Amino acid sequence: MFKVETKNLNLHYGTTHALKGVTMGIKENNVVAMIGPSGCGKSTYLRLFNRMNDLIDNVKIEGEVLFNGKDIYNGNIRVEEIRKKIGMVFQKPNPFPKSIFENVAYGLRVNGVNNKKFIEESVERSLKNAALWDEVKDDLKKSALSISGGQQQRLCIARALAVEPSVILMDEPSSALDPISNAKIEELIYELKKKYTIIIVTHNMQQAARVSDRTAFFYLGELIEYNDTKEIFTNPKNERTQNYITGRFG
Amino acid sequence: MSIENTEIETDKDLRFGLNRRKYVYARERFIHGILLMCALVSVFTTIGIIVVLMLQAIEFFKVVSIIDFLTDTQWTPLFADKHFGILPLLSGTLLTSVIALLVSVPIGLVIAIYLSEYAAVPVRKSVKPFLEILAGIPTIVYGYFALITVTPLLQTIFPTISGFNALSPGIVMGIMILPLVTSLSEDALRSVPKSLREGGYALGASKLQVSLSIVFPSAFSGIIASVILAFSRAIGETMIVAIAAGQSTVLNANPLNPVSTMTAYIVQVSQGDTPYGTLAYNTIFAVAITLFLFTFFLNIISFRIRKRFLAVGGD
Repeated sequence: MFKVETKNLNLHYGTTHALKGVTMGIKENNVVAMIGPSGCGKSTYLRLFNRMNDLIDNVKIEGEVLFNGKDIYNGNIRVEEIRKKIGMVFQKPNPFPKSIFENVAYGLRVNGVNNKKFIEESVERSLKNAALWDEVKDDLKKSALSISGGQQQRLCIARALAVEPSVILMDEPSSALDPISNAKIEELIYELKKKYTIIIVTHNMQQAARVSDRTAFFYLGELIEYNDTKEIFTNPKNERTQNYITGRFG
Repeated sequence: MSIENTEIETDKDLRFGLNRRKYVYARERFIHGILLMCALVSVFTTIGIIVVLMLQAIEFFKVVSIIDFLTDTQWTPLFADKHFGILPLLSGTLLTSVIALLVSVPIGLVIAIYLSEYAAVPVRKSVKPFLEILAGIPTIVYGYFALITVTPLLQTIFPTISGFNALSPGIVMGIMILPLVTSLSEDALRSVPKSLREGGYALGASKLQVSLSIVFPSAFSGIIASVILAFSRAIGETMIVAIAAGQSTVLNANPLNPVSTMTAYIVQVSQGDTPYGTLAYNTIFAVAITLFLFTFFLNIISFRIRKRFLAVGGD
């Protein structure tokens, strides 16, 4: 069984047909990279899983999005519950203008956790899992805006981990970072895949090749090819995939 | 293009364009001069006002000591037994202004949060012009509204309330500054980046939680600035309080009693038959400079707060 999957999914923004009949499944503890030129629908696809597209007006969705076999667009399911279980890390680090501690604790607090000891333990564990604890453990009260961009992004990962999701969506998580911070994020993804299912949108072909188990190539709203990462990069079946990964277009 | 070619072109340019260049240069200088003069008009006006206020206030303070002015609890310059304590006027001003804030800040912030976070675009587009109409109503109309409508209404709730009182103009002033609070706070809320809201939603926060615990704190500096600006507007408001607050210069903290504000007092004296140049007349300059300092410091505080929150953003 797949951890998350979509079946014949179509998405329209107003008159734009942004996703065209995408059927794709992702297994537990896999890292799946989504590649494709800008505007091909990969970010839109990613945002289906935590229903971030709900925030945009005029979006029409047809087809099924399943999480653990259940349709997350079913009216009986609270969208907040979905977002707790399927976390997200954004392209640009977006820490809240609060302290480092409060940033990580935020997800717990909004989900009704009040136990001080539990929150402290959870913040420490999350920061350790995001490989940030050693750098900030003496400055937990400092503003999250005072740390570097790379640290902020790992803080955002820690923040997502604190609510104990099982899937993490990453929308170009290191495209705004320097190469060293980028390497740290990739190492982190490697660690995180032991416990989490990760879907990552990236423009960086090497990154996709390095971190992912499987790769999906999107083009103009269609899923062109989806296969083991090794296969995609060494032996692509589709000509457009080949052209894209060799840099002939896109 | 080679270097030689470039030189030739420069030469040509000089030969044919020298006069024209001079003309363009002179025109630029001229326009610059006119713009500078326009900018200086506002600077000189401000300086002029301050100088006039100071000179007349100095005349006043030659006779009355600053200590008496700040500590005496009676203000009776127009009576036989003259006292020159600003406190009754100050308390009247603060009383009406604080009432105005108590009305406008909660309502204004709720409207701002609604408009910025909840309202659909068509609702926002139709509500905002109505709010702006409130800002366009002449204050004399508000004054009569306070006196003729709000005070009788309050009399049904508080039978002991005077015909002139601090509460009624305070409430009406609150309505008057409501658009200021709403509009500036809404701007501040809307300028919070969408990515912060998404960060909150992605953690399972509800709309209310995102609005109150992320967007509101992020916009706090702008909101405080709007509140202080509204406060300073309320302190300087004249017509409403002159009409509906009364002219009692007795030190008083009860909003049901008549009070006189600094502005209303200035109206009373400058419209009355107090001869120019007398001590009683000069009191209005002492009051005016107090008023000026008040709004001046409020603006500085607003500026400081804005700067501090922009720089840190921590808690």
